[in-house]
Amino acid sequence: MTFITKPTFHHLKLAPNSLGYTRRDYEGAVSTLCAGCGHDSISAAIIQACFELEIPPHRIAKLSGIGCSSKTPNYFLGSSHGFNSVHGRMPSVLTGANLANRDLIYLGVSGDGDSASIGLGQFAHCIRRSVNMTYIVENNGVYGLTKGQFSPPPTAAPRASAASSTSTSRSIWSACRCSWAPASSPAASPATRTSSCR
Amino acid sequence: MQEFIGLAYFARYPAVIFDIQRGGPSDRHADAHAAVGHRDLRLRLHGDTKHVLLLPADPHECFEFAGLSFDLADRLQTPIFVMLDLDIGMNEWLSAPFAVGRLARLDRGKVMGFDDLEAGRAFGRYLDVDDDGIAYRTYPGTHPTRGAFFTRGSSKDADAPLHRGGSAYVENMQRLQKKFRTARNLLPAPVLGRTHKSARFGVIYYGSTAPAMEEALERSRTTARCSTSCACAPSPSTTTVAAFIARYDKVFVVEQNRDGQMRMLLVNECNVDPTSSFPFSLRRHAHHRRFIIREIAAGWPALTSDPFRKVIA
Repeated sequence: MTFITKPTFHHLKLAPNSLGYTRRDYEGAVSTLCAGCGHDSISAAIIQACFELEIPPHRIAKLSGIGCSSKTPNYFLGSSHGFNSVHGRMPSVLTGANLANRDLIYLGVSGDGDSASIGLGQFAHCIRRSVNMTYIVENNGVYGLTKGQFSPPPTAAPRASAASSTSTSRSIWSACRCSWAPASSPAASPATRTSSCR
Repeated sequence: MQEFIGLAYFARYPAVIFDIQRGGPSDRHADAHAAVGHRDLRLRLHGDTKHVLLLPADPHECFEFAGLSFDLADRLQTPIFVMLDLDIGMNEWLSAPFAVGRLARLDRGKVMGFDDLEAGRAFGRYLDVDDDGIAYRTYPGTHPTRGAFFTRGSSKDADAPLHRGGSAYVENMQRLQKKFRTARNLLPAPVLGRTHKSARFGVIYYGSTAPAMEEALERSRTTARCSTSCACAPSPSTTTVAAFIARYDKVFVVEQNRDGQMRMLLVNECNVDPTSSFPFSLRRHAHHRRFIIREIAAGWPALTSDPFRKVIA
């Protein structure tokens, strides 16, 4: 069904926010991710959050790196400009956009592989520079787009992994006061995570 | 860096990069004058790309081309490279005064605004409505419901959404190719020098070689009377350069690198006979007049009749 255009009709009594937008105005295209992928839950949460925060969709700029996580901006905020940039380099692209237009609200979407391996340098420095952005790490524990190789960060969310991870990784993740959105079930084994991505 | 440049090329994002060319990696000796990057920049960066290069000859052209490069980047929606070298950057030059006035107004190229979108003009980020390979763009936040797009590198259709089909890829590449044909009409034309009627060989030069080359040409005109010149100012793939090469028995390409990178580009892009042009020998420092004449004389014996220095009895 992902090849069809998403229908725009909705229930007549769908409640708008104070700006007159309904929740559906914050949606994007039909997701092409695997059925049941946790990334779609994060997309739904972003849609709900922007609706409740009453942000005009076109005032948001969404930028991402490369990976399953970075495909998701296509599936929410369809009236927002966005750019699917370079693997691990979303922070620098977003920083540049932020310098050019400081009136927009910047949403950076990345994954655990995108942020904690190839993009760790950019990830750390965008935090150090205090770039005015919301940085979402969609953590599914694997490189899903390349068929499920294990990704570098701790195998679960930072708090849960603190006891077992190295001091370096603890300090990296504990230093990051960013949104942390686990996209895989905490109980899922690495094998089940792998099989859930393609 | 290379991946970013390739991405900007495919996604049609304007950018300007000043490439201060030098020979080899840094070894604390900033005196290895060279013009070494244009072959790789033109053709071999990340992906199936081709880039616009501007080749200034002196500080005045650097200034002019700097202003022009930003206009071209927005107009063509692609990275523009201004290819400098250490000789221009680190030495003192006499040049024409800089004219700041013409830089005051920026050309942002094809941008669709709120009124256009509100009026219902068809918008697709890569829709080639003018048949020149350049599509309209919108700035983020322009309109509440129209003109937004989520774009990426090469896998997309004319409206920007992800499209992995072969036909969409081919159409995308053809639009890029058409844009580079359009670009040829926007770039500064090569400067053709004075030509003697009996001239049988030509010289193509660019960059900081210009002063030494002009001196050498003046010398050869008054002696062998058989040369001509062509200052290759912008990117090389123009019909003017191709016609120039076809006109002469031999063409010397004066450049400051080991492998004759500009000559390679000319042979490939102007579709000329590789045996009709000659690269120059490698030197560590910038070319000077005597070296240029000696090199040309090695391939054109008529010049050797004139000694470089006359012995005064």
